[in-house]
Amino acid sequence: MRQISGNKLLVRALKEEGVDVLFGYPGATTIDIGDELYKQDYTKVVLPRQEVALVHEADAYARSTGKVGVCLVTSGPGATNVVTGLATANYDSVPLVCFTGQVARHLIGNDAFQEVDIVGITRSVTKYGVTVRKREDLGRIIKEAFYIARTGRPGPVLIDLPKDVLGEMGSPEYPTEVNIRGYKPSTGVHIGQLKKAIKLLEKAKKPLFLVGGGVNIAGANKDFTKLVDITDVPVVTTIMGRGAIPTNHKNYIGNLGMHGSYAANMAVNECDLLFSIGTRFNDRITGKLHSFAPKATIIHIDIDTGAISRNVHVDVPIVADAKEAIGKILEYVTKCDTNLWKDKIEEWKKSHPLVMKKHNGVSPQMILETMNEVFDEGIFVTDVGQHQMFATQFLEINEKKKLLTSGGLGTMGYGLPGAIGAKVGNPESTVVSISGDGGFQMNIQELATVFAEKLPLIICIFNNNYLGMVRQWQKLFYGKRYSMTCLRKTADCDGKCGEVECPPYMPDFIQIAKGYGINGIRVSSEKEVKEALIKAKGYKKPIVIEFAIDPEETVYPMIEPGGTLSDMLMDC
Amino acid sequence: MNSNQKKRWISLYVENQVGVLSKISGLFSGKSYNLDSLTVGTTEDPTVSRMTISTSSDDETFEQIKKQLNRMVEVIKVIDFTDVSAKIKEIMYIKIKKISLTEKTELFQIAEAFKARVNDYGKDSLLLEFVQTATKNDAVVKLIKSDFKNIEVVRGGSVGIESISMTER
Repeated sequence: MRQISGNKLLVRALKEEGVDVLFGYPGATTIDIGDELYKQDYTKVVLPRQEVALVHEADAYARSTGKVGVCLVTSGPGATNVVTGLATANYDSVPLVCFTGQVARHLIGNDAFQEVDIVGITRSVTKYGVTVRKREDLGRIIKEAFYIARTGRPGPVLIDLPKDVLGEMGSPEYPTEVNIRGYKPSTGVHIGQLKKAIKLLEKAKKPLFLVGGGVNIAGANKDFTKLVDITDVPVVTTIMGRGAIPTNHKNYIGNLGMHGSYAANMAVNECDLLFSIGTRFNDRITGKLHSFAPKATIIHIDIDTGAISRNVHVDVPIVADAKEAIGKILEYVTKCDTNLWKDKIEEWKKSHPLVMKKHNGVSPQMILETMNEVFDEGIFVTDVGQHQMFATQFLEINEKKKLLTSGGLGTMGYGLPGAIGAKVGNPESTVVSISGDGGFQMNIQELATVFAEKLPLIICIFNNNYLGMVRQWQKLFYGKRYSMTCLRKTADCDGKCGEVECPPYMPDFIQIAKGYGINGIRVSSEKEVKEALIKAKGYKKPIVIEFAIDPEETVYPMIEPGGTLSDMLMDC
Repeated sequence: MNSNQKKRWISLYVENQVGVLSKISGLFSGKSYNLDSLTVGTTEDPTVSRMTISTSSDDETFEQIKKQLNRMVEVIKVIDFTDVSAKIKEIMYIKIKKISLTEKTELFQIAEAFKARVNDYGKDSLLLEFVQTATKNDAVVKLIKSDFKNIEVVRGGSVGIESISMTER
C-alpha cells in the first residue's frame, strides 16, 4: 500500500468525518497541515484573527449545526490561547475537536521554542486530551476523538500533534470503527426508574418541569413540547434550556435562578414534584442549596451520571439521553390535573411580571421586544453580562429562533465570534450578535473575519460605557463604589462622576467598524430602534448597531449571591 | 459534610499510558477530593495498570469520586473495596540511626512483635521492613518516633486485591 504522511492522513480524516469547515490559525508546527489543506477543496478553512475567538467560532458552529466543531492552532501561544474556549465548550457540553501543533518529539521537554504541555494545561477543561506519540496511532486517535466529542455528554477533545509525527510516512488507512474499552456512553433507559417517575408525576399536585441545556443538545425540543402538551405540567428552564419549549407556550413560566422570573422561582419553591431533565443544578439556578425546592420530590434525567446527585439530592435518578428518555415517557403519560396549580402560577406572573423600569436612553427590553417583532427566524448569540440576562429574559425563542450563549463558564468575548461560527454553519439564517461594550472589545478584532468571510451579521452593541453586571453588584451590594467598571474613566479622573469631562466615545465603535470596512448605525432614542433593525435585516452586508443604554439599567429580579430562590430583589 | 467521613478504598483499572496518573491525581486536586494514598503498577496485561486509592470522604462525595473516575476515557473499571473483603497492605522501611546496643535489642523486639524483617544492619543502625496495613504502619511510626530521634521513614502506599471468594475457594 502506498504510504502517506501524517499531514495527509489528517486532512483525509477531516473529509471522512464530514468536516466541511475548519477554524484555523497557522504557525510553525502546523504549516505542513496548512499546506495539505491548501491542496484540497472539501474542507473550507476560516481564518479568525485570534485563537481565543477561533475556538468560540468552532463552538458556535457546533452548537448551531449539531456537528462537531473543528479547530487547528499552532503550538505554544497558539495552544494556550484555546484554553478559555475549550473550558467554555466543556461547561456547555459542546462537541469540539481541537488540533494543536506540538514541537517535534525529540524537543518535547526541552523548553523548545513555542513548546507547552497543552494536554496537561487543558486536562481539567476537556473531555479528553492526548498527544499522538506514534504515527501508526494517528488515524485511530482522530477517529476516537470525533467519537468521544459527539457521544454521551458531548465535549471538547484536544489532540496534540508533534510536528515530526505528522511528517512521518505511514498507512493511509483511516479506521471505520471505534472501540474504546474505558468509554462506553450509556444508551437506553431504565424503564423501572422511568415508571417510578411517571407514577410520581401522576400523583403530584404541583408538578413542575425543570429543563436544562440537555434537551436542546439532544434535539428533544419537539418531543418535550409534546410531553408538556399531553401532561399540562408547567415548565421552567435554565438559560441553557431556553427554547426547549417555545417561550410563548402557555405552560412556559420562564427562567429560574439568579435572574429568573418571579413566577419561575416561586414555582420551584412551591412545587411538590420537580421533574428535571438535562441540567446540572448549577449554583446560579439553585441559590442556597438546602432551601432549593424545599417541598419537592426530585426526579433527574441526565446523560452524565456525574451530574446526578452532585449538587442537589435526587430521589429518582435516571441516566439517559434526554431525547430517548422523553420518547419513552411519551408512551406512558396522561394529562395531569394542574388547573389549581397553574392558577397560582398565573397569580405570581400577574403580581410580578417581567417588566423593566423606564430610564434614559434606549431600554434593553424595548430593543429585544422589537427584535422579536422584526425577526421571524434567526440565531441570536449573546456575550456575557447584563445584556445576556436581558436577552434570556425577553428574547422569544422557538423552533425558528435559537439562542446561543456561554452559560456555564460565562465567557465575555463569546458574542461576536459566536455569531461568526453560527453564520458560517447556517448561511441561510439571520444571525444577530448581542454584546455589551465590554465583551465586544474582548474580540473586536473579529470584525476582520466578518468582513473577510463576507458574513452579513447584525452586530448589536448594548453600550452603557460600563461593565454593567459588575457595576450592578456594586450598585446593589457595594455602596455604589464603582471600582474598575467604568470604561470611560481616564487617568485624570478619580472616579467621582462630573468632575472630569468624559471622552464622548471610548471607543468610537462606528469608526472602528468603518476601519474594518463595516458600516454602523448609532441608535440613541427608542424611535430609531425599529428602523435600524429593519434596515439591518435587509442589508445583505454586515452591519454594526450601537444602542445607547443607560448605566442605571439593572437586571431584576435578582437573588443575592448565596440567597434563596424565594428571596428576590425586585425593581422597586 | 463531615458527619460520615470514612476511609474508603478504590481499585482502579486504567490504560497504561503517559499522563494517566497525572489525570487521576489531577481530578482529586481539581475537585478538592481528599487523597490519602495512591499506588500504581502494571498488571498481567502490560497495556493495563491498576491503581489502589484510599480516600477519606462522606458518602455523597465518595459516590461523586467513583462517578467522576468512571467518566474518564482512560479508566477501564472502578471497583469499590470499601465493603468487600480485600487484602490491602503497604510496604514501609524505617532506618534507625545512631543507636546503642540496648536500643538495638529493643528494636529487634519491636521487629518481632510486628513481624518486621531486619533488612539491613550496621554498627549503630538498623533497617526494618514492614509489610502490613497502613494503619499498623502508622502505629509503628508513632511508636518508634517516640523512642528514637534519628529515624528515616519511607512508605510505599497501599496495594490491594480482593480476597478469594467462598465459591472460588
